[in-house]
Amino acid sequence: MGAIKLCFVVQRPPYKSENARLALTHSISSQTAEIHLEDGETVVPTLIFVGDGVLNAVKNQQAMKLYGVTSTESHIKNGLLIDMPVWVCKEDMERLGLKEDQMIADAEDMGAELKTKFVSFAEIQKEMEACPHLFFF
Amino acid sequence: MGVLTIGAFPSLVGSGTLDFSFKLAEAAMAKGHKVNFWLSGNAVMMAKKGQRAFKDYSHLEKKMMELIGKGIEITVCEACAEARGYHKEDTPAGMKRASMDWYLAKCFKSDRVLHIGGE
Repeated sequence: MGAIKLCFVVQRPPYKSENARLALTHSISSQTAEIHLEDGETVVPTLIFVGDGVLNAVKNQQAMKLYGVTSTESHIKNGLLIDMPVWVCKEDMERLGLKEDQMIADAEDMGAELKTKFVSFAEIQKEMEACPHLFFF
Repeated sequence: MGVLTIGAFPSLVGSGTLDFSFKLAEAAMAKGHKVNFWLSGNAVMMAKKGQRAFKDYSHLEKKMMELIGKGIEITVCEACAEARGYHKEDTPAGMKRASMDWYLAKCFKSDRVLHIGGE
């Protein structure tokens, strides 16, 4: 019985490799993990972008137009739509010259209520310490 | 004894990381632990039976079949496999195919999880 927190930590940029996409699809699959679990058991994911991984959360991606594949932007928005916390490291955004208005801040266009949190690495560290299982992508 | 879930994402040929993942599983099972093994990303190359063994390349099919015989639960990401052209009929005997939620559910019930990332 109970819930277990899982942190998906994305360190790598989008499109160059499959890693970021796998982090997104695996974390979103938490929605259906209960079919393999007993009543009352659940997994609670947090999706965290750090390092070059914060580039996944840049908005206005044109992946379908340029590569013919769904964008990480659409996956992140789907994550927000299912109320999965999405955190982005502020220090890494600053290092890459990214401002909050350049990032995926919400998925209101899809009807999501949850918004992206732009947080310090200290907060991310605290969240990771609270998770029994970490997944680095 | 404990329950260990290994999530493996690296390719079979190209790095020694998948070899390491299987050796780790074998060592854990030898100590009496229950091991769940998730193959995703390029690691789904293991979902193609009949791989020919060359001494120049990693060859893990034999090792995997031994571990399946000893009770490892090994499951491949169905979407990752299909995307690469590895279909149900290609799957080695004893290997399951499932969605990613299988991995997360196994993590719920594990004492330890080792997530071994891809390239």
